[in-house]
Amino acid sequence: MNIDKNDTSSKVAKNNSVIAIIFANSWLPILAVIMIFVIWELVILIFGVPEYIAPTPSAVLETLIEERTLLFHNFLPTFFESVAGFFVGNLFAVVLAIAFVHNKMFEKAFFPIAVFVNTIPILAIAPILVLMFGNGISAKVIIAALICFFPTLVNMVRGLESVSPEMIELGRILSATKSEFFWKIRIQSSLPFLFSALKIASTTCVVGAIVGEWIGADVGLGSLIIEATYNFRSPLLYATVIVSSGLAVILFVSVTIAERLIVRWKPEHIS
Amino acid sequence: MSKGPISSRITGNAGGAEPPAVVMKDACVRFGDQLALEDISLTVDEGAFITILGPSGCGKSTLLRLVSDLVPTDDGEITIFGNEVETARLKREFSFVFQDATLLPWRSAIDNVRLPLEIGVKHAHKRPKAVSNLSPEDLLELVGLKGRENALPHELSGGMRQRVAIARALICKPRLLLMDEPFGALDEITRDHLNEQILRIWKETGITIMFVTHSIPEAIFLGQKVLMLESDPGRVRELVDVGLPYPRELSMRETPEFNKISRYLRNLLETC
Repeated sequence: MNIDKNDTSSKVAKNNSVIAIIFANSWLPILAVIMIFVIWELVILIFGVPEYIAPTPSAVLETLIEERTLLFHNFLPTFFESVAGFFVGNLFAVVLAIAFVHNKMFEKAFFPIAVFVNTIPILAIAPILVLMFGNGISAKVIIAALICFFPTLVNMVRGLESVSPEMIELGRILSATKSEFFWKIRIQSSLPFLFSALKIASTTCVVGAIVGEWIGADVGLGSLIIEATYNFRSPLLYATVIVSSGLAVILFVSVTIAERLIVRWKPEHIS
Repeated sequence: MSKGPISSRITGNAGGAEPPAVVMKDACVRFGDQLALEDISLTVDEGAFITILGPSGCGKSTLLRLVSDLVPTDDGEITIFGNEVETARLKREFSFVFQDATLLPWRSAIDNVRLPLEIGVKHAHKRPKAVSNLSPEDLLELVGLKGRENALPHELSGGMRQRVAIARALICKPRLLLMDEPFGALDEITRDHLNEQILRIWKETGITIMFVTHSIPEAIFLGQKVLMLESDPGRVRELVDVGLPYPRELSMRETPEFNKISRYLRNLLETC
């Protein structure tokens, strides 16, 4: 019991010290960012740079607040497309990875195709998809899904195959069926690999959705970026970029929190 | 008791009319063109503790994998308690402890011990006494891990992890325990401690143990007999009777008797 108490108290102490460390480590970058903004503002004011070439940080901040309704209305579709693309692309990748691991013939037949699809630049394939699926939401979801797909496929296959040879022998000694082994051992072993892929996907799916909106859309952060650029509304353009990056951060943090909740253990193979 | 001309026989502390734990007759294993094990004949009685030594690559691990139905025999035959190896596997007559603890990192110690109860359920009816009369909690206590039931593997030391693996191996109450250099990756003090524990478990449960090691002192300290294998191809070189009384204490390793047999095995190993 005493040992337990010591353990928990040392954990609390550790948590406190972690926060302290984060503060200690982050004041420097925060200061650096503030300095950059200050210099940026001063350079524009001193040299009289026109607003359409580069707006001041204060103008961007002002636009962020003033145009918050416009930004939010354009944020929602992009958010939806990104999240839908994230789920579709990753689900498809996970299912295909499971099929690959269970059937080597299938993997041999289809992996080269997956690699080929991945080599096509997303900017080149996006117009084709917009032509096929129209100006609506589905083309953007598919582009976002496509951009998520490959890293997750590769990582998930690696994860499912990360079971040690001894673990496979243990399964055999215990006369485990293929499905028992899959559900009790393989799936969990793959989770750390899956989450490292999902973290990549959480930011790239936003890129996919925005690229899709560039090609053709009336609404969304991507179309707002195009519109603001053509109308020389640089402060709005910068504000839209900030919101886009905020969307990616939200998704990334969500995936990270999900990982913390689901994978509480330390994997032996990666780290 | 005696059953005709069987070359190497290890008599255990149980005896009786039961078939021996392991009978191997001229067992051979080939990996491609290479003969990994040749004409292994061996009888291990129930309750015996046999340690297996040999130069690296002589097929010590393959021998255990042969007994545990992980590697098929190319020639000869093997029975475990009178059954084919596959039947014995389905009946969970034996269990295996690897050099690596092979725990599932997302499961607590106690849930790792429970794993064998959750998989292979299709064949559960073939196991008359499927579950040990010792609960997972009891088994963790038996290996000295009481109080650490809910610890995750990464929170345990290497020696503790290996003890969880031993508890897991005992959950289905096997009659034969196969151990493949289980303490090979541990430091010397932990290894000594676990050697004493495994002797205690052997005595308390009456289980039959086949234990592969590359340490001569460990082989002598644990085994009633030491099976020396030679390499290229793997063959039985000699079955050496240790002849030291039980219970064994670590201080025994300083005695002249221990040193004598240690010297003998070392010389034998050099010529294998």
